[in-house]
Amino acid sequence: MTAELFFQSLIDGILMGGIYGLVAIGLTLIFGVMKIINFAQGALLMLGMYVSYWCFALFGISPYISLPLSAVILFFIGMLIQRGVLQRMSGAPDHNQLLVTLGITLFIENLALVVFKPDFRSINLEGIPNTISILNLNIHTTKLIAFVFTIVLAIALFYFLKKTYIGKAIRATSINSGGAALVGVNIKKINYIAFGIGAALAGIAGALISPFFYTSPTVGSSFILTAFVVVVLGGLGNFLGALVGGVLIGVTESLGGAILPGSLKELVPYVIFILVLMLKPNGLFGGKVR
Amino acid sequence: MKLNKSLLFYGIGLLILFIFPLFTESQYYLHIGILILYSALVSQAWNILSGYAGQFSFGHAMFFGTGAYISSIFFMKYNLTPWLGMFAGALVAIVIALFIGFLSFRYKLRGAYFSLGTLAFAEILRIVVQNSSYFNKTLGVNLPIGDNPLMFQFASRTSYYYVILIMLVIVTLITLWISRSRLGFSLIAIRENEDAAQSLGVNTFRAKMTAIAISGGLTAIGGAFYAQYILYIAPPTTFGNDVSVSIILPAILGGMGTILGPIIGALIIIPLGEITAHFFGGFAGVHLMVYGLILVLVILFLPEGIVGWVQEKLRLRKMKKEGES
Repeated sequence: MTAELFFQSLIDGILMGGIYGLVAIGLTLIFGVMKIINFAQGALLMLGMYVSYWCFALFGISPYISLPLSAVILFFIGMLIQRGVLQRMSGAPDHNQLLVTLGITLFIENLALVVFKPDFRSINLEGIPNTISILNLNIHTTKLIAFVFTIVLAIALFYFLKKTYIGKAIRATSINSGGAALVGVNIKKINYIAFGIGAALAGIAGALISPFFYTSPTVGSSFILTAFVVVVLGGLGNFLGALVGGVLIGVTESLGGAILPGSLKELVPYVIFILVLMLKPNGLFGGKVR
Repeated sequence: MKLNKSLLFYGIGLLILFIFPLFTESQYYLHIGILILYSALVSQAWNILSGYAGQFSFGHAMFFGTGAYISSIFFMKYNLTPWLGMFAGALVAIVIALFIGFLSFRYKLRGAYFSLGTLAFAEILRIVVQNSSYFNKTLGVNLPIGDNPLMFQFASRTSYYYVILIMLVIVTLITLWISRSRLGFSLIAIRENEDAAQSLGVNTFRAKMTAIAISGGLTAIGGAFYAQYILYIAPPTTFGNDVSVSIILPAILGGMGTILGPIIGALIIIPLGEITAHFFGGFAGVHLMVYGLILVLVILFLPEGIVGWVQEKLRLRKMKKEGES
């Protein structure tokens, strides 16, 4: 492998890893607060992509402008899922929660298939150059924007959780929901909001991905397993871990792609996943929502 | 008395399944019957590991796909009859099951971690098959149409029907036998409380290994039948996540950890899928939407499944009766 190919793969990997991290942050928030492994996160991301796609296709609105709309719509869908289904499941065994979110995924994905057809749709943003070159390395512009957004978002979320009442209540609930209830936190409401935020993050991720990834009903499943890997790698419930884990996976996948033939690079995240599950099930960082 | 009653019940059910082809000329109804029986079979196989032992596999497609691929590839490349290829597939699936079981149980993957782990393993196998020219990459395998019963080829659907019915009876008897054996009690103890089971002297590792091997092997048999019946296999239709879901669903709906659960579940879920496909034929995916909805509703309102729910009702009625007398 030449040095140039190496650095190119590294850059691609870091940028893609930021996006994995973004998808994983929503998962990790939901897990940290409600102890629910939300399979449907990929389907929610897909819905976010469709919001961007239709805003662009029908009204010519760029995904970066319609992004708040994606976030708001997904926030309410997330609250609805929490209220209608998951709230009734608290205390149910692990596998039942997985199955329920799997059922929700099947429902949403196939609803999208029926409504939007299986076509692969893409957004071509004019006015933004496809790549920019620095030191002979090509950097995907839209991926770079997504990466920068992710960092800003992660910092904003961090301050939201640290400084605001709702943020503190979310953290308190994640650490000890019984204790939080005792001091007057409305747990149900906090759960709605936390799940809503988690879903909104998936929506934002979808919007940011839409300019460089085909939108289709099953697009979520290509992200969800990687996001699980990232979350487990980063330690369930840990934001910084999710970001670092995302970048780690992105880089290994990208370097793997440069070495391995065919689509064998797809193996990389799964193999890492199994290794992490076995050797370090609490992740590299471990912990609660921080 | 009670034994006689349930024997009568099973006997009548079996009789209906056996004489069903005599009452219909319709190839379509026979096809539905075959689908019901084979999905009951794979769901029953899943039930052994996940229903009885409580080890929730989300990746049973890996065993299903192994059975389908090994029997088909051996048939195409070495002219090995699928009657034997089926067992070759089961053998390979058992080896895979033991490997995965060893890694998972040795490193104590429990609950959701085990589920996600099996899911990842299924994906790994799909990607490997998809990239291997020995397995025809993404093209899959087209099996020849013929009528040589020695090569698992039948001219009529009735023959396929009886083959899969007998296979289902055998798998159900195996499950019944397990559920009443020492192994079955160990598995149930593991499901209820693994640490307690271990402290009481149950060799939990060995019991789980046995369960995953039997479960994987039998699922592969189901996969081999599927391949020889449909005559076309491809990585997504044998190793894909949708396959794992369709293996799980009948047992969930019917009742996990019960003998009749997967069969009752398949009797409901397959016709339901066909009906929705019939009425919404123009929309691919509607039946999967319905499956998703059923999954959510069953977990929310009927977590024990239909058979579990009925058993509970019967138990309550009996208790009430005893209280009155």
